[in-house]
Amino acid sequence: MKKRTVIPFGPQHPVLPEPLHFDLAVENETVVEAIPSIGFVHRGLEKLIEKKNFLDYVYVAERVCGICSFIHGLTYCLAVEGIMKIAPPPRANYLRVIWSELSRMHSHLMWLGFTADAFGFENLFMNAWRIREKILDIIEETTGGRVIFGSCKVGGVRKDIKKDNLEAIVKKLKKYSPDIKEITGVFARDSSVKHRLVGTGILTGEDAYDLGAVGPTLRASGVSQDMRKLGYAAYKDIDFEPITEKAGDSYARCMVRIREIFSSIDIIEQAVSKIPEGPIETKVTGVPSGEYFARAEQPRGEVIYYAKSDGTEFLKRLRIRTPTFANIPALVKLLPGCELADVPVLILTIDPCISCMER
Amino acid sequence: MAEGQKNTTVDKNELLEKVSALRGDGFRLAQIGCSALGNFEVNYSFDKDYNFVNLKLVVPRDAAEIPSISGVYWSACLYENEIHDLFGIKVNGMLMDYKGNFYRTTIKKPFEGKK
Repeated sequence: MKKRTVIPFGPQHPVLPEPLHFDLAVENETVVEAIPSIGFVHRGLEKLIEKKNFLDYVYVAERVCGICSFIHGLTYCLAVEGIMKIAPPPRANYLRVIWSELSRMHSHLMWLGFTADAFGFENLFMNAWRIREKILDIIEETTGGRVIFGSCKVGGVRKDIKKDNLEAIVKKLKKYSPDIKEITGVFARDSSVKHRLVGTGILTGEDAYDLGAVGPTLRASGVSQDMRKLGYAAYKDIDFEPITEKAGDSYARCMVRIREIFSSIDIIEQAVSKIPEGPIETKVTGVPSGEYFARAEQPRGEVIYYAKSDGTEFLKRLRIRTPTFANIPALVKLLPGCELADVPVLILTIDPCISCMER
Repeated sequence: MAEGQKNTTVDKNELLEKVSALRGDGFRLAQIGCSALGNFEVNYSFDKDYNFVNLKLVVPRDAAEIPSISGVYWSACLYENEIHDLFGIKVNGMLMDYKGNFYRTTIKKPFEGKK
């Protein structure tokens, strides 16, 4: 019988920007079991709902995550709007789509940078982040913030984008597109990148679905599931198909995110061409009473906001199930059998967002 | 446009049967979430082809025990460990019981709330 050793992985590790811990049971260099533990950056944000007015809480919801902040704020608004049966104006819905997709683009570009950094490709890391910076500039021009947008509110959005500026965004994205193609082409074709990603951490479509995986982690295994297809905001008017790959390995997860960057550009272009004139918010009157599960597609996958209220300005309960939490079971299942040296990259391929997961 | 949702309250004795039926119909486990209100409320959420179904189980504080559904959905293990570690609810029959070590918290059962 081979000697079994337990190696602690994290919470501090060079490839992890946030703390996650695994006890890895290894035999020689092969992982045979992975036991996760979390709780290093818990901030009690769900509890804050009991002390913050339900309209003011959007600020907190946006701060659940520093990457997909806008979609956190949006999903919280969808939950409250679901309880109160509020329909935001069409223009607000289109603006929500545009900011959601800009958020997705900067998140995926950030992930590409982290991944390149994880396998020591520093130049690729810096180039991915160079382009991400341009997306952040667009976000700053339209919202005033670079990471925290502060533009979503219950009933609509806080800010409008002028027609000229909307057209300028599309022009800029088209201008950046060849640059993004060039950088992402390196991920797709470079032999050193493929050496680390192709054939590692394979998750079959059946396993991914059974394990409740979401987002690119699920779609890379061939399962076409994307919460944007629910039609929230203005997605019901946008023509797009979920991006899928078949192989289910680390490379496929990378390819899904790369293709989603281009899909986001297309979605923004459609949204700009279809956005109607009109108000950007519906006046909110009264207080919420009831419960609702709001779902949206973050860069990492499906996020669920459960809100429950009993007719006061403070909600009784807010529960956030982030996509990273949904992808941990898949990670626990795909780590056994892999080489110890592949563990950091495999963890990165689910694009973990730990502070988001711990709330 | 608010998404249509089916929300049903279930009894502890019928939970496994209902969950197994959903599994048989091809639903995936979307989440399990707990709320510490007067009693505990545990929401089991499922999805299939964008149809959302939720089963709500009310757990009295003086008998804070639930059956594990990890035999039906393996991924339930993590949610059930979370509920155990944060709310102090005993989950019977978990396939993977981390014995209170999933969440590293100084205070035990931090989400238990007032009794």
